[in-house]
Amino acid sequence: MTRQMTGAKMVVQALKDQGVDTVFGYPGGAVLPIYDEIFQQNGIRHILVRHEQGAVHMAEGYARATGKVGVCLVTSGPGATNAVTGLTDALMDSIPIVVLTGQVPTFMIGSDAFQEADTVGITRSCTKHNWLVRDTEDLPHIMHEAFHVASSGRPGPVLVDIPKDVQFATGSYAAPKEVKLAHYAPKVKGDMEPITELVEAMEQAKRPVFYTGGGVINSGTGASQLLRELVEATGFPVTSTLMGLGAYPASGDKWLGMLGMHGLYEANMAMHDCDLMINIGARFDDRITGRIDAFSPKSKKAHIDIDPSSINKVIRVDIPIVGDVGHVLEDLLKVWKARGRKTNKEALAKWWAQIDKWRAVDCLKFKQEGPTIKPQYALQRLEALTKGYDRYITTEVGQHQMWAAQFLGFEDPNRWMTSGGLGTMGYGLPASIGVQVAHPDALVINVAGEASWLMNMQEMGTAIQFRAPVKQFILNNERLGMVRQWQELLHGERYSHSWSEALPDFVKLAEAFGCKGIKCDNPADLDDAIMEMINYDGPVIFDCLVEKHENCFPMIPSGKAHNEMLLGEAETKGVIDAKGSVLV
Amino acid sequence: MSPLHIKKGSTSHSAYNLRPTFSDVQEKHTLAVLVDNEAGVLARVIGLFSARGYNIESLTVAEVDHVGGLSRITVVTTGTPQVIEQIKAQLGRIVPVHDVHDLTVEGPAVERELALLKVEGEGEKRVEALRLADIFRANVVDSTLRSFVFEITGTPEKIDAFSDLMRPLGLLEVARTGVAALSRGTA
Ligand SMILES: Cc1ncc(C[n+]2csc(CCOP(=O)(O)OP(=O)(O)O)c2C)c(N)n1
Ligand SMILES: [Mg+2]
Repeated sequence: MTRQMTGAKMVVQALKDQGVDTVFGYPGGAVLPIYDEIFQQNGIRHILVRHEQGAVHMAEGYARATGKVGVCLVTSGPGATNAVTGLTDALMDSIPIVVLTGQVPTFMIGSDAFQEADTVGITRSCTKHNWLVRDTEDLPHIMHEAFHVASSGRPGPVLVDIPKDVQFATGSYAAPKEVKLAHYAPKVKGDMEPITELVEAMEQAKRPVFYTGGGVINSGTGASQLLRELVEATGFPVTSTLMGLGAYPASGDKWLGMLGMHGLYEANMAMHDCDLMINIGARFDDRITGRIDAFSPKSKKAHIDIDPSSINKVIRVDIPIVGDVGHVLEDLLKVWKARGRKTNKEALAKWWAQIDKWRAVDCLKFKQEGPTIKPQYALQRLEALTKGYDRYITTEVGQHQMWAAQFLGFEDPNRWMTSGGLGTMGYGLPASIGVQVAHPDALVINVAGEASWLMNMQEMGTAIQFRAPVKQFILNNERLGMVRQWQELLHGERYSHSWSEALPDFVKLAEAFGCKGIKCDNPADLDDAIMEMINYDGPVIFDCLVEKHENCFPMIPSGKAHNEMLLGEAETKGVIDAKGSVLV
Repeated sequence: MSPLHIKKGSTSHSAYNLRPTFSDVQEKHTLAVLVDNEAGVLARVIGLFSARGYNIESLTVAEVDHVGGLSRITVVTTGTPQVIEQIKAQLGRIVPVHDVHDLTVEGPAVERELALLKVEGEGEKRVEALRLADIFRANVVDSTLRSFVFEITGTPEKIDAFSDLMRPLGLLEVARTGVAALSRGTA
């Protein structure tokens, strides 16, 4: 059944038909007709942000915490350009979001009209796909296709640019079932031949390791379940990228911890020394591989990925499997079971003995002594005190992010949202609001650095307006800590512009916003302060003053291999050569 | 238009070779890319090449299926085998791209390019230009007392050879279409 309605009404109708309950947005001239429609209905909740970048990060947080598509609505020109960082962030981390932008009327496009920007041009390279809607009749199928493209295959951000005259004009609406979606239909089932080849390799492997990534999370909770089954059944060790934390539970005995530049010693050593590496939904990012030509030199490599372009992009693999993680793991388990559930038990026992030796190094050890709170200690206490809660964690970008990944344990997928690929400071606060909106009763904590947090702190207004009781746990080292760390290692301890001067008083800031501020600078008070934060019914800004010169270890310096990890301060002098220092 | 049988994303019998040889040898490949003929699609393809640092030696595009609204883009590119595989996979990710064909590896193909060359000269030079054009089967499509415009069709190498010969004879301008290519036979 098609119905006549305006383009603006179609937008709202399409959102409802796509199951959208929340839109993060900010109005302006070019989207007023859509805002008028939002005003006249109750089915969709609109969260008014304070800056469009915040809207996109909120939509990302919402999407990652629910597995659904996140939606934003912003105006033309500056509204659209403010969305660019969030779009790029979502593209790098494969987060499904739909961003709707207003545009000047079609007859003014190209005239440098007020608040005109070439939005589809600007966002072409930071979206999975984008559309400029020239005719109201095209709007329904483009809206439905936008959701289809954002959520299928390797997920990602899409943008629909809607000129104001298209919003006013009337056309016939079609529901999702009634529109024929374009040909876009990525392959989800893997070929059986390489899957069988991988099973054979698993049967023989002496030193196997699962290297999992965000693809497991994106494939849905079923995929995480299958991963757990596979790990338990085979007894192989498992590590994960930053993006994949929670797919396998941190409390599991096969868990090696995160790998990569600030990953755990045992995880990186296992990657380096393994004879079979099974990459499940990860992409051999440079934070993971370190020096390419020294990356896991002795292993046979299998790679499961829904995106064929990820395969052989940086690391040559022996067993490529294109398909959705969930589908492939299901087939993999089936074949492995049918062939008699074989593994090389004797060799595996030796492998685990080796891994236990690496674990004994205790690479995350630190000493909490003296009157200053160590950031690691703060996170250790946060972990201990929030463990039993229905907890979601977001982060900003920097040292605190890496410590959070090291010291917080995730038992389930979709509970950890962080900006991995783009490393966007300012992500965590808005993302925490997006998560909280999706899970109003959960404990949502943004582990932040003071510098990152300031980048989108205006969103505290959003948190308060919409009663999102997000906890902002700021590890305040009064430094751009991660920058400082690199300057110490690479630039002769010349700390050029890497300290946070003229910081606000965070407690007063909280009061000014109308929420609770807590300051803690004493290890002895920390537990009580954290409990006060948890128990407060509303948003909290927690200013946790920590040791200012702490560095984040372990660290694989740029241009080095996994087995050249630095474990602590004593090893840092002159370790990065000229070749390494050009890397970021 | 000959239909392209290979669906993007498939791994067997596919334009994608997921197990390429990793060598440093630069290869030249001709790719046929079937796309929806919609606004911005060429910008997406070109943007991909510039953003990821791939080469474009030649690129042609035109709608080939007016009913289905499909255009065919023919790209000639160079790179190591690994880079060529990346280019194909990256092209396959673009949403309006239907199929990617590597004509260089999928059996024999024919390649043609059309060029127009304006040559100015008098006396012996003018006669010589006309004589060479005849050998190369180039047609005269415009003529004045002091100039010719030749039209020549052939492989890019043939057109290169012809323009080299015309240069000392008063070559003023060249316009080339870029390569159009099809696989041979019915495959
Ligand atoms: C938008 C943006 N600008 C710059 C950077 C580079 N950068 C990475 S970490 C960092 C310092 C972050 O400081 P803070 O948030 O206080 O975290 P800390 O490292 O001190 O824990 C900077 C500037 C970035 N990642 N993002
Ligand atoms: Mg800091």
